[in-house]
Amino acid sequence: MAVILFREAIKRGLAEALDSNPNVFIMGEDIGEYGGAYAVTDGFLAKYGEDRIIDTPISEAAFVGAGIGAAAGGLRPVVELMSISFALVAFDQIVNMASNLRYMSGGQIEVPLVLRAPTGAGVQLGATHSQSFETWLAEVPGMSCVCPSNPYDALGLMRTALKSKNPIMFAEPALLYGTRGEVPDEYYEIPLGSANVQREGDDVTLISYGAGMRVLGKVADDLSANGVSAEVIDLRSLSPIDYDTLLTSLEKTNRVLALDTARRTGGMMAEIAAELQERGSEWLDGPIVRVGAEDVPWPYSRNLEQESYPQPADVLTALKKHFNI
Amino acid sequence: MASQAKTKSGKPAKSAKRSAAASKSLENGATGAGSYSQDELLEMFRQMCLIRQFEIACGEHYAKGNIRGFLHLYIGQEATGVGALRPLTDQDYVVTHYRDHGHAISRGLDVNRSMAELFGRKTGLSKGKGGSMHLFDAAKRFMGGHAIVGGQFPLALGLAFSQKYQKTDGVTVCFFGDGSTNQGLYHETLNLAAVWKVPMLFVLENNGYGMGTAVERVRAGSPDFYTDVDRYGIDAVEVDGMDVLAVREAADIAIAKLRAGEGPLFIEAKTFRYVGHSYADGQKYRDQHEVDEWRRRDPVEAYPQMLIDHKLVSKKQIDQVKADVDAQVAAAVKFAEESPEPDPEELFDDVMA
Ligand SMILES: Cc1ncc(C[n+]2csc(CCOP(=O)(O)OP(=O)(O)O)c2C)c(N)n1
Repeated sequence: MAVILFREAIKRGLAEALDSNPNVFIMGEDIGEYGGAYAVTDGFLAKYGEDRIIDTPISEAAFVGAGIGAAAGGLRPVVELMSISFALVAFDQIVNMASNLRYMSGGQIEVPLVLRAPTGAGVQLGATHSQSFETWLAEVPGMSCVCPSNPYDALGLMRTALKSKNPIMFAEPALLYGTRGEVPDEYYEIPLGSANVQREGDDVTLISYGAGMRVLGKVADDLSANGVSAEVIDLRSLSPIDYDTLLTSLEKTNRVLALDTARRTGGMMAEIAAELQERGSEWLDGPIVRVGAEDVPWPYSRNLEQESYPQPADVLTALKKHFNI
Repeated sequence: MASQAKTKSGKPAKSAKRSAAASKSLENGATGAGSYSQDELLEMFRQMCLIRQFEIACGEHYAKGNIRGFLHLYIGQEATGVGALRPLTDQDYVVTHYRDHGHAISRGLDVNRSMAELFGRKTGLSKGKGGSMHLFDAAKRFMGGHAIVGGQFPLALGLAFSQKYQKTDGVTVCFFGDGSTNQGLYHETLNLAAVWKVPMLFVLENNGYGMGTAVERVRAGSPDFYTDVDRYGIDAVEVDGMDVLAVREAADIAIAKLRAGEGPLFIEAKTFRYVGHSYADGQKYRDQHEVDEWRRRDPVEAYPQMLIDHKLVSKKQIDQVKADVDAQVAAAVKFAEESPEPDPEELFDDVMA
């Protein structure tokens, strides 16, 4: 068991694939000579060479699209976007092309593409650079979408992503690259669609993913200091979603709060709340409560950004208001 | 614009790369300088000096954590922004990318409020909501500060369209970097601008790198960009972006032509940023020697020296400008430091009308 950084876990997953499968290559902006905007691919160019570590121009639509084509042509591309906000420039390719090709062709064409991108707010990058479009892509049929919250999950999910036969959005919370966690030496994978019960508890189920798990960790600590036992669940996979794990927890605690660090309206947690009430209403002791970022663009100013970004105190206030805990 | 710049081979002779006026200035600084009043010559220096000192202060306050997020400095490129914007009047629009402090200052945006914006304060140009990459001042027709590479092209196109539609003789200047020419929107906008014949000036600041990627590593064909636009029938010129008078004269000619309905036009300024792409950049992709070479032609040093050498201004006048600029930047920092943060309720302001 070693303690490694989140960025190193992703790097390890990529390196394993590069080492074992000659059809794996990585492309994106400044991933080679520069070493990657968040240093995930640092050193790869020297090790794997420029045929497999490809610095692209700033042409997201073209190189994401080319990744789709290369995947359809039998390769296993990993395409890095410097930010998930820049995915917008390539959205047509991702949605209309990558995720539709299998279906439109009656199953003839396969697009085993891993699309990686840092996501989320919290570092004062302002409206254009702080968004969380994994929540949009999670809604698109024909592709999967994951977002790890710790190095263990990042490596396990990356291994799975690199074996997937479908396009997959691998969203990496930018706030977490420098965080650490334990990763075993033995090989393991984390299947798609498996949520993780990070903490067991009886009184309330707290659900989030990615950077939201840091917020929930603090909330659960606070609750337990006051004698409330929270069950904390990390979705890990946004598409597909592991409803079995969520419903099992709901049946036990009868209360659910779902947290999104992205905007509250139209987010992941709206979908989860709808599904849980439909399938588990007999177990519910109250409303399914959502906490999320405010429905405004992301401001630059630190205090405004923190005002919008959901804080542990916001979650505690919501729990008090709705469940009196 | 110099029609010689449009050659079939795409490889014009060196002198043909420049407009007549610009090359006059390049070959004989004093001659070029002779076409401007002493006040104007000093004003160009003052702006370059202000941009430089403002940004040095930005770097210091980034290191201290007063400025956060991404900070892209313009240090080294000052001559381009200043030279290109001097011919503008109040009716003209300016659109740029995230490396926007130099353009903002040159357009005359309030330095105190610019610094306050970088500090994320209530008194900032955008009330602290935009930050370094998203500076705006609509009253000065400074329409951003845009941080999605290439995203600014169609905005500028539409502004120029509105000017033509409303039959003003205003023009729109759009700044962009070499890296952004790899976005489809660059090509799409060039085409539409030419089809619609809008009064738009494309000003490419070719600093040799898009973040850590050297131009030639991701660009096919000629390393010159100004020849690209032949295809659209747009007149273009290349200028020395380290020479404020060269840029200025090219812009003088271009803006006059645009006002006369001869748009769109294109200027490629060859320039260099001395510092990293953003504050976090370790610059592994280039060596210090290259940086030093460009620095030897530093416009903030070489230009005032040339003016002094040709007795167009005195050393005393230059020193006075420097002292004034230092005081102005110190005052801007103080203003930003003393300004309050936005009130929490302001989070919800300005989302919709
Ligand atoms: C669509 C998009 N892709 C990538 C980025 C990240 N990025 C910001 S600036 C930049 C380099 C741009 O280079 P260039 O256009 O030459 O301008 P310069 O920074 O040199 O002034 C990159 C890759 C971005 N902001 N937007």
